[in-house]
Amino acid sequence: MLSLTCPCCGITAEETEFAPGGEAHLKRFGPGSSDEAFEGYLFARKNPKGVHFERWRHAYGCGKWFLAARCTATLEVFGTYPAQTTQPPAELIAKIKAKRPEWEGWA
Amino acid sequence: MSEPVSALQGKSHQGFVTVAEAGPTGMITIRGDLAGKPLARALKAQGLPVPEARRIEQVAGRSIAWMNPDELLLICAHDAAPDLTATLAQALAGEHALVANVSDARALFTIRGGKADQVVMKLSPADIASLPMGEIRRTRIAQVAGSFWRSGPEEITLISFRSVAGYVMGLLEVSARPGSELF
Repeated sequence: MLSLTCPCCGITAEETEFAPGGEAHLKRFGPGSSDEAFEGYLFARKNPKGVHFERWRHAYGCGKWFLAARCTATLEVFGTYPAQTTQPPAELIAKIKAKRPEWEGWA
Repeated sequence: MSEPVSALQGKSHQGFVTVAEAGPTGMITIRGDLAGKPLARALKAQGLPVPEARRIEQVAGRSIAWMNPDELLLICAHDAAPDLTATLAQALAGEHALVANVSDARALFTIRGGKADQVVMKLSPADIASLPMGEIRRTRIAQVAGSFWRSGPEEITLISFRSVAGYVMGLLEVSARPGSELF
């Protein structure tokens, strides 16, 4: 079972209280961008086995979006952080690197 | 004026605890900057505090609950809600804030008895045993959204949307069925 801690209300709850929102930190390519960039924005996802940054919404709780770093293979949650960030916080990256030395890093 | 009618008109059920719909209850949603002075001032004029995160404060028959980082829920008498809404809206005029009377959009239930916890434990993924007094927990009640708090030593109060009140009452009835106590 996956347990997440919502950084907006501080509640630690299990998966069914949240709604998943796919990969985090996507850069939007809209009107005026090339077809390849737009296609990449719409469809190309990393889908890694291992460390993954994702969007979640505390749907049955406070209703707010937040971001989480999680391992897709073991369901280990490395941390959650507010949605108003454009890249994962440095301390979270350091924490993941310490736990998973083989991880190639974010982006 | 027409009589207020609550979702289940005060229906109650006696199981190993008593579950009852509480009848017409005033509820006012307040959205805005919770850390801001205008909101604190508007609430203070009504004798109400701005609750800390996840807290519910009870003051003179009214309760005010922290619902999320920009929303509060004020629970009061049903007939007092329209005037209170207008007063608060007036006090927050010009601010980026919203005050709405949602009394008739919600249903409120009380679960009374020594084993009230167990009724909710069966229906929600929340950790009820560790829920402290004075904290409101927004979570899932089987398949619908709901929130609850400890309103007394042996009492839990639960709020759901009015449209699912019949479903929630059914859940509570089955969950409180005699002989189905967890421990």
